[in-house]
Amino acid sequence: MGALSLRNVRKSFGPTTVIHDVSFDIKDGGFTVFVGPSGCGKSTLLRMICGLESVSAGDVVIDGAVVNDIPAARRGLAMVFQSYALYPHMTVYENMAFGLENIATPQAEIERRVGEAARMLKLDTYLQRKPTALSGGQRQRVAIGRAIVREPKIFLFDEPLSNLDAELRVGMRAELTALHRRLATTMIYVTHDQVEAMTMADTIVVLRAGRVEQVGAPLDLYNNPANVFVAGFIGSPRMNLLPATISGVADGMALIEIPGFAPFATNACASASRVGENVTIGIRPEHVLIEHGEAAWTLGGAVCGIEQLGGLSYVRLESPDMTVQIAGQTGLHLSDTVRLTLPPRAIHLFDHDGAAMPRSAAP
Amino acid sequence: MADMLTAKRGHHRWDWTDWAAHLYLLLGVLVMFGPVAWLGLSSLKSETGLNAFPPTLLPYEAATAPVEGRGNLRLYTIDSGDFAGQQLAEIRRVGIQAQMVDPKRPEVIIRLPVEGRTPVMRMRLATENYTALFSRFDFFRYFWNSSFITIVATVLTLLVNSMSAFVLSKYRFTGRESVFLVMLATLMIPPTIVLVPNYLIAAQLGLTNSLWGVIWPGVATPTGVFLLRQYMLTLPDELLEAARMDNASEWRIYWRIVLPLSAPALAVLAIFSVMWRWNDFLWPMVVLARSEVFTLPLALNSFQGELTTQWNFLLAMTVVTLLPVTIIFAFLQKYITQGIASAGVK
Repeated sequence: MGALSLRNVRKSFGPTTVIHDVSFDIKDGGFTVFVGPSGCGKSTLLRMICGLESVSAGDVVIDGAVVNDIPAARRGLAMVFQSYALYPHMTVYENMAFGLENIATPQAEIERRVGEAARMLKLDTYLQRKPTALSGGQRQRVAIGRAIVREPKIFLFDEPLSNLDAELRVGMRAELTALHRRLATTMIYVTHDQVEAMTMADTIVVLRAGRVEQVGAPLDLYNNPANVFVAGFIGSPRMNLLPATISGVADGMALIEIPGFAPFATNACASASRVGENVTIGIRPEHVLIEHGEAAWTLGGAVCGIEQLGGLSYVRLESPDMTVQIAGQTGLHLSDTVRLTLPPRAIHLFDHDGAAMPRSAAP
Repeated sequence: MADMLTAKRGHHRWDWTDWAAHLYLLLGVLVMFGPVAWLGLSSLKSETGLNAFPPTLLPYEAATAPVEGRGNLRLYTIDSGDFAGQQLAEIRRVGIQAQMVDPKRPEVIIRLPVEGRTPVMRMRLATENYTALFSRFDFFRYFWNSSFITIVATVLTLLVNSMSAFVLSKYRFTGRESVFLVMLATLMIPPTIVLVPNYLIAAQLGLTNSLWGVIWPGVATPTGVFLLRQYMLTLPDELLEAARMDNASEWRIYWRIVLPLSAPALAVLAIFSVMWRWNDFLWPMVVLARSEVFTLPLALNSFQGELTTQWNFLLAMTVVTLLPVTIIFAFLQKYITQGIASAGVK
C-alpha cells in the first residue's frame, strides 16, 4: 500500500513561505511526477513527504495516517537523492545493506534482498566495488538498489537523472518506467524537465512558486492546460502565446483580434460583456497551418528562422512571435512571407489572469 | 632523490637563482637538521668525549691497549726524541714525567716528559649510554607512562572532539554559532593562567599523581573541535539524510558515516595530539610528583641535577624520546599535509 494525500500543506522558513496550501492525492501504485521550474518548491515538497523537512501547517497522510510527527526513517519511504548520496567509504553491497542492517535484518535475508536487487539492476558483478569506481549510471543504479532493498511503500526520486548525460538519461528513463511496472509501487519523481514528466508519469503535478498549478494525466495537461503557465511549461517546443483582445462574440464563441491582423474565430465560450478584454491566445506549434504567400491583413509574416530536423521542421516568425511545426521537410527560406491559419478547435484562450477560458465541445 | 637534489628552475642551464635557491635550502637543512644530527652523534659519546675541548663532531675517545700484567692503558703517539712516531702506553704519570711502555715489549719501562706526546684518539660508539638507560633507570616505566598517556588521551581527544564537531557542524539549533565562538575564544586564554585552577580541580578529584590526571583535563581541545568541524562542514548533508532514511540512529550516523569520512582530519588531529601529549611538560610536572608516574620529559628533567648533569644519559634519552614522534611523522606526513590543506587550518 502506498497512497499519499497532502492536505493544505504549507512550509515556511521564517517569514518566507515556500509552499502555499498544497493539496492533492496520489493513488497507490501510481507514478507521479512533480514538475516545475527551479525554485518552485518541488524538492521541498518531496522532502516534506519523506520527513526530512518539517511541515509548517497542514497534514501529510500516508495510507490514511497522518505522519507529520513520524520521523523520516519510520514512514516506510525510500528516497533516491540527486547526488545519489552513496556512502563513499562502503562497497556497493554495504551501501545497499546499510539500511537493512540498521533494522537488524538477519544476514541471510540481507544477502537475499541485496542479491535480488543487484540482479534486477545488473549490478551483480560490482557488489564489492566502491562507488568511486563506478560510472554515473551505475552509481544511479546503486542508489535505486539501496531504495529497493528496503521494500518501501513509496519511492521518492529527487531529480535522479540530472547528473547523467543525455543518452544515459533516456536509457535510465526507460529502466525506471520498467522498474515501476515490475514493482507496482507508488513512485514520486521530481524533475524540472517536462520531457521526463511527460514520458514517465501517470500523473503530473505542475508546481510554480510553491503552488500547485495543475494536476492531471500528461496528455490532459498537454491538451487542456488550466492556465498560461502550464500551457507554456508543458510541451516542447513550447506553446505559442500571443497577446490578443476579444473583438466580438458570435454564437457564444469569442472572436479574437491580434493587433495588426484581421479578427478570427475560436471555440472559446465568452459572453458579449467580455468584448474588449485583453486575453492571451495559445496554440501549439504543430496545430498552426502554414502556407507560402502574401500576408496582407491575414495572420502571417516573414520567416526569421528555420530548423530542419529531417522528420519535421520548425519555422520561426518574428512578428507575430510564433513557432510552427511542419511534418517532414520544408521548402521555405529565410525572409519568405507566409500565411498562417489557426484552426478554432486548436486555440486555447486565457483570460487576463491567465486562467483557461472554457471551450465548446462542438467543432 | 638525485632529481630533487639537482632540480632547476628551468630545464636548461644552472641559473644563478638555482644556485641561490640550493644554497638557501642547504642553509635551512644545516640550521634545522644540524642540531638534531649533533644530538644523535653526541648521544653516542662517552662522558669524557662530551667534556672534551675542543668538541668533536664524531664520537672519539682516547684509545687504550692491553698491556700484559697491567690491564688496559691509554695510548700516546710520541712526537719527538728517540721514540718519535711510536705508540706507547702510559703506566702512570709522575709530575712532568710519564712512565711509558711499548705494548709489544711490556718489560721495558720508558720515562718520557709529558710534553711532546699526543693522545691517540679512536672512534667508539658509547652504546652503553643506551643500554644503561634500560638497566640503571626505570626507562620502561617512563616510556610506558608516556605511551599510555599519549595513546589513551589521543583516542579520547578524537572521540570527544569529533562528537562535538559533529553536533556543531551538522545540527541546526539556536546558539550553535555562539557555542562555537565561546569554544574558540578559550584559545585566547593562556594555559598558564588556568594552571592553578586546573590543579585545584584535579586535586579535588584526587587525580594528582595519577596518569588520568594528566589525560582528562586536556581531552577537549578547541583546536581539535575547530579542525574537525571545518572538515565535517564539507561532508554533504545528503549523506546524513540518506542514512536517516536508512533507519540509522544518530549514533550510527556518527559512527558509521561521519567518522570514517572524516579520517583525514582525524589523522591530523591524532598527529597533533600525539605531539602535544608526548612532549607535554608543564602540566604533567604539576600533576605528577612521584617518580614512578613520571613521563619521559619529566624523567629527562630529573637527569639534570642541581650540581651535576649526566649529559651522556640525558642525550641518549632525548634521542629515545624523539624517536616515536619522528617515526609517526615520517609515516603520516602525507596525511598531515593533505589534512591540513583540506581542513584549511595550520
